[in-house]
This record gives sequence, C-alpha cells and structure tokens, in this order.
Amino acid sequence: MSGGSVMPLLLALGLAPLLLGVIIRTKAVMAGRVGQPLLQPYHDLRKLMMKGAVYSRTTSWVFRAGPVVGLAAVVVAAALVPFGAPALVSFPGDLLLFVYLLALARFFTVIAALDTGSSFEGMGASREVTFSALAEPALLLGLATIARTTGSLSLSAMLPHVTGAVWAHGAPPLALVAIALLVVFLAENGRIPVDDPATHLELTMIHEVMMLDHGGPDLAFILYGAALKLWLFGALLIGLALPLHSGHLWLDAGARALGMLLLAVLTGLVESCMARLRLVAVPKLLVGAGVLSVLALLLVLRSSP
Amino acid sequence: MSGWADTVLICIVLTSFVLLGSSRLGACIRVVALQGVLLGFLTLAGRQDASSLRAPILALVSTGLKGVVFPWLLFRALRDADVRREVEPFVGYSLSLLIGTAFLAGSLWLAGRLPLPNPTMSPLVVPVALFTMLVGLFLIVSRRKALTQVLGYLVLENAIYAFGVGLVEGTPMVVELGVLLDLFVAVFVMGIAVFHINREFDHIDADQLRTLRDWAG
Repeated sequence: MSGGSVMPLLLALGLAPLLLGVIIRTKAVMAGRVGQPLLQPYHDLRKLMMKGAVYSRTTSWVFRAGPVVGLAAVVVAAALVPFGAPALVSFPGDLLLFVYLLALARFFTVIAALDTGSSFEGMGASREVTFSALAEPALLLGLATIARTTGSLSLSAMLPHVTGAVWAHGAPPLALVAIALLVVFLAENGRIPVDDPATHLELTMIHEVMMLDHGGPDLAFILYGAALKLWLFGALLIGLALPLHSGHLWLDAGARALGMLLLAVLTGLVESCMARLRLVAVPKLLVGAGVLSVLALLLVLRSSP
Repeated sequence: MSGWADTVLICIVLTSFVLLGSSRLGACIRVVALQGVLLGFLTLAGRQDASSLRAPILALVSTGLKGVVFPWLLFRALRDADVRREVEPFVGYSLSLLIGTAFLAGSLWLAGRLPLPNPTMSPLVVPVALFTMLVGLFLIVSRRKALTQVLGYLVLENAIYAFGVGLVEGTPMVVELGVLLDLFVAVFVMGIAVFHINREFDHIDADQLRTLRDWAG
C-alpha cells in the first residue's frame, strides 16, 4: 500500500455537488429556462442537514444505518480514485475494492429501502439490484481490459499509464471500454436513458424511489453519496478518455476538472435530447455495454497473448 | 498491422451485435446495409497494390449493391408484405447478445488454432469472418420472420466475402462480380417469395411452414 496525494479526495468531496449543478443547469438552458444557481445542490444539502430526521416505527436500525454506511463506503471509494495525482490509497487490486465498495453502498441502500416495508421501495430495490447486476460485469470487464492493457492492477497506477501512445497503438479496445463506461456511468447514477432523476413518479423511477422515506440528514447523506458516485464514475471515464500527463500536478488536475465539466454538460445534453428507455429495454442496453467490454477484453487478450 | 482494417473489422463485429440485439425489422435492414458498406471499406483498406483498379471497382460494386440495392429491395418486400415491423425472435435479445459473445470467444479461439499459409492483412480477419458467419446462421435459425432469414443469409454472405477479401489475394474479379450477381438474383427472388408467402398465408412466420403438408386437413 502506498500513499498518494490527498488532493483527488478533497476535489471529489468538494466539487461533486457542483457537477450535479452543472448537469441541472445544462438541462435548464437546453429547455430555454434560466435554471437554478450552480451552487444550489450545496444549499439543498445545507438545508437538509439543519432539519431533523423522522423515522417510522416499523423501521429498524437497518433503515438508520443505510445512509451512513452508504456514504462511508462511497467516501472510502473516493480515496481510491486518482484525479491528476495518485489517489490517497492505492495497492494492487484496489479496482476490485472500488467496485465492491460501491456494491456495499448499494446493498445498504437496498436493504434500507426494503426495511421500510413500502411496496414502492421494494419495487425500486428490485429494479436497482437487477440493473446493477447487469452493469457490474460491464464495469469490471472494462477495468480488467484497462488493467491488461497497462499491466497494472491498481487504479492509481493504471490510469496514468493510459497515455496518448497507448491510445495511438490500440485505440479500438480503449474506445469500446470508454463507451461501456459511459453507459455504466449513466446507468449507475440513474441518469436519463436508464432512470429519470427529475421525476417523482414511483412507477418509473429506480434510485429516487428507494429514498422516499428518508428525510433530513439521512436524505442529505444519500444525495451527497449519489453526487460523489457521479464524480467517481466521471473521474474513471475522464481518466481513461483524457490521455494527458504533463507531470505537473495542477495542470493535470485542471485539465481533468475541465473534462469533468464537459462530461457534465454532455450528460445534460443527453438528458435533454433522449427519452428514458422503457424498463424492459434497459437490460438490453446494459448487456450491450457488457458485450462491448467483453469484446475489448478479447481484443486485448488476443493482441498480447 | 494495418490500423484501418482493424477498426473496420471491429465495426463489423459491432454491427453483428446490433443485429443480434435489434428488435425492428427496418433497423436490421439498415444495419445489414451498413455492414455491406463497411465491407467495401475493408476491400479498400486491404488492397496490396495501390495502382490496380481491382479493389476500388469491387468496393464500389459491392457497396452499391449491398448498401443501396438490397436495402431498397428488402424495404419494398417489407412494405408489400405489410407485416408487423418486429423481429419476433425465438431467442430473446439479451440471450442472443450473450450467445454472440460466446460465438466471438469461440471464433477467436478457433482462429488462433488455425495455421494460415500466408500472413493476411490483419490477424482479425479470420475470427471476424467466422464470427459473422455464426451470427448469420444464428439469425436464420433463431428468428421467426422470413425476411430475417434473408438478412441472415446476407450476413452469411458478408462473412464469406470478408474471408475472401482477407485471405485470397488473387481471386479474379470476374468471380467476385459473378458472386455478387448471384446474390442480387437471390435477394430479388427471396423478396418476391416473401411477398407470395405473405399473400398466401397472411404472415411471413417461417415456423408455421411445416403445416404446408398436402394431407393436412
């Protein structure tokens, strides 16, 4: 285990809600509205933190533990992802830990939703588990492809190895992985082709439906955790798609921050131009992303036997 | 290793996957047309002798035929038959995609074990051709509509064409053009056949053809 810079973690913790603000603002501009201020997500979080929490008598400690464990797992995952500089914690195999920490967060969100006994939340939990079971292979196989290409099993070690030369030598597998990761990014964060974050119609939503009974600080934890997750998947995607390594810490981080901004705008554009897929069509999309990852992995395995 | 040929071959693999996962007949026809156009690019990317006119002419003819004429014929058959524009598979789309992945892995494994006498333009030609061939066969057996069987046949022919482009450098152009002419006649006749099947039975579901027996009353 080797120590890195604390900067990626601080950037993630500080800027994650801003990314959400940019997406919402882009959608508003595309729809011809002024939109809410860019910093509105921070104000929402502050407002929620100042409220008290209300718990139903039918819930147990699982319901209270859900948001806390979920946020803690995502924060630890944030310590594993590099962003212009090596991450705070890195060791060979930390990509598996990253995936499983996110799975842990999801598991606790799901059982907290089931703990309420609400039929709506049970529906959302079932959908969440179904879709993530399909998204996870795509993510893991995509990361395996990058690991094979760069010959390293740690996120902090393999993302800096994806340089322009690597792209020039073997662009097709990396492009396939980037597309698969984009689909996973949209699916895991409940963005539009999979789930609509703006709607509160229980029949169609996935992520929002699981937090209907959470309020106050718990809801703030969940929203902040979701924003962090958005940032982490974005950081992975940008780390793969932006092969810029000048060696200068602030230049690299600045370029990546700009890339994240562009990704947020792109997400907003996707959400403005596309309709949400029918629920039965979502597995097809995710299996398609998994197929892209498998194809990339097979290509990489073949070219370097 | 020629990078362009590899990129085109990977695009061909992706079109095959789209075919496996697509639910609309019209979209399938367009994707098969796109595959034909990609094969034209492959012909251009794989040519050895830049001065010879053989590859450009062949690419032009095959692109024109597979990219323009066949889609037109098939869309006309689709319009005349006036059927529901869905593929109606026997095997679901997600499962089809997974089976396609297995095909791809199998083709890569098989191609790795096939010793080739002469080095080809790209090491991916053989596995991609095998994979596309398997996808064509799979489309023929796993889809219900007669029109998708024509599409499967076209995918199969695309695969054989890719195989030929990559492996056999010296095929006379007359032979290639003759094959394309045969293909044209086949698609033309199949379009008419689809129309007549539809007029006779009000559908083009191939799985009910077994009730055609004379003595069935």
